[in-house]
Amino acid sequence: MKGKKEKKTIKTIKIDVDKCNGCRACEMICSAFHAEPKYSSNNPARSRIRIIREPLRDLYVPVYAGEYAVAECAGRDKYTIDGKEYDECSFCRASCPSRDEFKEPDSGLPLKCDMCEGEEEPLCVKWCPHDALILQQREEEGEAQDPQDELENLEIGLEALADKYGMEKIKDAVARISKKV
Amino acid sequence: MRYAETGYNLEVDLTRGNIEKVATNPKETELYLGGLGTNAKILWDRVPPEIEPFSPENLLIFSAGLLCGTPATGCNRTIVTTISPQTKLMAFSMMGGFFAPELKYAGYDKVILRGKSPNLVYLWINNGKVELRDAAHIKGKGAIETAEIIRKELKQPKAQVAAIGLAGENRVFFASIEQGRSSASRGGIGAVMGDKGVKAIVVRGTQDIHVAKPAEYMDLCNEVMQYIQFRNDNPIPGVMPILAGLGSPQEMKVHDEKWHTENFMWGNSRVRRKGFWTDEIAGEWMETLDKARTRLISCYNCPMTCGATISMPGLPTYMMKCFTKLTYTMGAFSNLDFGLKIAQRATEYGVDGFSAPQVMAFALELLENGILSDKDFPDMPQDNEGRFYYLLDKIVRREGIGDVLADGTHWAAEAIGNGAEDYAHNNIKKHEQLPLKLSMLNPIYFLMYSTGEKMNITQIEGQFPQAPYPKREHREAFVKDWHHVPDEKFKQYFVDWEPRGEKSMPFYPTVDMCCDIVDWQEKMHYIDDALGMCAGLSSFPLKPPYHIHNYPKFISAATGFDMDEASLSQAAKRYRTLVRAINIRRGMRRKDDQPPKNHWKKRFPELEKELLDTYYRFKGWNDDGIPTQASLHELGLDYVSEDFVKRGILTEGEDAPSKVAAAQQETK
Repeated sequence: MKGKKEKKTIKTIKIDVDKCNGCRACEMICSAFHAEPKYSSNNPARSRIRIIREPLRDLYVPVYAGEYAVAECAGRDKYTIDGKEYDECSFCRASCPSRDEFKEPDSGLPLKCDMCEGEEEPLCVKWCPHDALILQQREEEGEAQDPQDELENLEIGLEALADKYGMEKIKDAVARISKKV
Repeated sequence: MRYAETGYNLEVDLTRGNIEKVATNPKETELYLGGLGTNAKILWDRVPPEIEPFSPENLLIFSAGLLCGTPATGCNRTIVTTISPQTKLMAFSMMGGFFAPELKYAGYDKVILRGKSPNLVYLWINNGKVELRDAAHIKGKGAIETAEIIRKELKQPKAQVAAIGLAGENRVFFASIEQGRSSASRGGIGAVMGDKGVKAIVVRGTQDIHVAKPAEYMDLCNEVMQYIQFRNDNPIPGVMPILAGLGSPQEMKVHDEKWHTENFMWGNSRVRRKGFWTDEIAGEWMETLDKARTRLISCYNCPMTCGATISMPGLPTYMMKCFTKLTYTMGAFSNLDFGLKIAQRATEYGVDGFSAPQVMAFALELLENGILSDKDFPDMPQDNEGRFYYLLDKIVRREGIGDVLADGTHWAAEAIGNGAEDYAHNNIKKHEQLPLKLSMLNPIYFLMYSTGEKMNITQIEGQFPQAPYPKREHREAFVKDWHHVPDEKFKQYFVDWEPRGEKSMPFYPTVDMCCDIVDWQEKMHYIDDALGMCAGLSSFPLKPPYHIHNYPKFISAATGFDMDEASLSQAAKRYRTLVRAINIRRGMRRKDDQPPKNHWKKRFPELEKELLDTYYRFKGWNDDGIPTQASLHELGLDYVSEDFVKRGILTEGEDAPSKVAAAQQETK
């Protein structure tokens, strides 16, 4: 099993912040494309891309919705780049309890960028004639995941937890969770 | 379900602090579209001519355009309507930016302010939750500063803010409403907002705007996007750069200001400086702009970059667009460095970039000519630039002579007297104009200046080339892909137009052709102003992406109404006539329909009379510029007709005696 290779297409959106004109067409078209039926409504608050936009400080950062996070981070980061200070969580893709980003405004359900599956290119890219957003695709050969590896990883993780909390507590927690399930 | 629009207005009674969400009648949308059109209807219905601009009964209406919030590129304008303190007529200044779509997403097409708040407040619209909040702590703050403070205190970085500065609070007759990179500046609407005790309107919306036929609508939007890219790659040949492309004149992008600095007037619209644009100045100004400009920026959902973020050393950052770049510079006979610096303060104060520099230059001219004296300007600095800062401060604070100047050149001249009237020479209907003085009458522009009720040439001109190409073959090439014309005859008008000889100005285009051309240009602006479309992608440039042939399709697909070219033209004519009617009811007549006396050196009184006579007839107005009963009936505006008769403006059964007829009757 080990060493088996697999071909994957990696889609990357190259974001050139210097080219962003702050118009939010990407937010607009994203919300329209994902409306049901398609294009029937428009609401940037439903968009899976958002522009962090503070014109007076010249901040323009397009960020895409990534994974849903159950809990907020224990610690946060604050970046200063080229003398410009960014708010904490600025670059984070997660839909998480700490903020309203990347959630349906009415239901609160998390949103996630799907690269506009079925389209030639994500529509945010198509609607950005300034090329602040560009799609790049490449084929990559990666090692296929070995199930044995995953199990090994689980054991490593459990050992780490046992080290931290003691084996008794871990056993108790596992017992509790088992009951729930 | 309502499509494209939300179907609700927000009615705010400032006197009593009452706020109501009111459903609108979809029938009105079919008749008047939205934006300017429905604003005009509300103003006609609810603000009779006896109401003074600073009366609590005057309304201040912020309206999103009909298509704002949909994917139509560049459709983001807010149309602000009220009675102007300066002209005493209907003002409908507009702004781009991000406010109108946000208002739609919050669930409203319009915010209608009436009454007066006893204390300074701001209105906070957060979807369905709307409240008036105390603004005592931001009294006197700059307009941009105010927006930042409010966003912070509400913890709403995505809220859009339209605010006034000190000028609006002090009811300066040319005070603007500022909104980040955009402003609604003309007509002194900021003064009405200040008079109502409203420092800002703040809006955040997270709801849907629907379109009736999604697939069709997106196809239209995609076509427009493709055409914009085509036009950006293919500028119009043979015209000056600012007329070659799309968007507002690209003042933030362009370094070469030879055309503006040598053809527009300096000071109080007086001095033409031929040969001004030397290599040295070009180099200096380029360095100034390059250092100041951080980024070229856009309004909501638009790829054009007409604005810029400007940071002058030691001053707070602000945003600018278009011709304010040069108005202060040229008003003060100074340089770009000064212009960009004082514009920062002027933006925070919230004043109109056309009127403010002219008012200041006017004051200094009165001083130079002994009509005002040094005593009127206590402690004024000696240096030129210093004097402009001094005057700006005096005006927005309404201190001393500033209190008089704050009413604009027309009213200031009247108050000062002693011949000051001759110095208020660049006005139309009491409103300061672009600083342009030219040699020979242009019949098309004569009609536009005279009858354009936005009283601003850039808001009526466009579409038709400003001058003919020297060679016929070039004119023929131009009309080849000119599918924008409402009728093929416009192509012939242009092809036959010669720079010299028999078919040249002022007698060609002929009077009838001028009527057609002006009507087309005006119509497209009025449609834009109802839909909320930026003129920069539509009525202003040559060969724009939006035009009379695709607009009906946009409106049909968005709203679900049946709309074709004829019914769209009829709707536009309806509310255009209603705007005229509002002003007629407030006393505007033919005598007011004229350009500044000295706009052209060579005038042709007979031709001008014929132009106006013919154009009035063409529009369905009588010789005094009053819409006739017959034309009002045809437009479904019988209620206007009845009101005119009741007020003695028209006589029942007659299409109002023309001056000639009235004179003949008298002699009988």
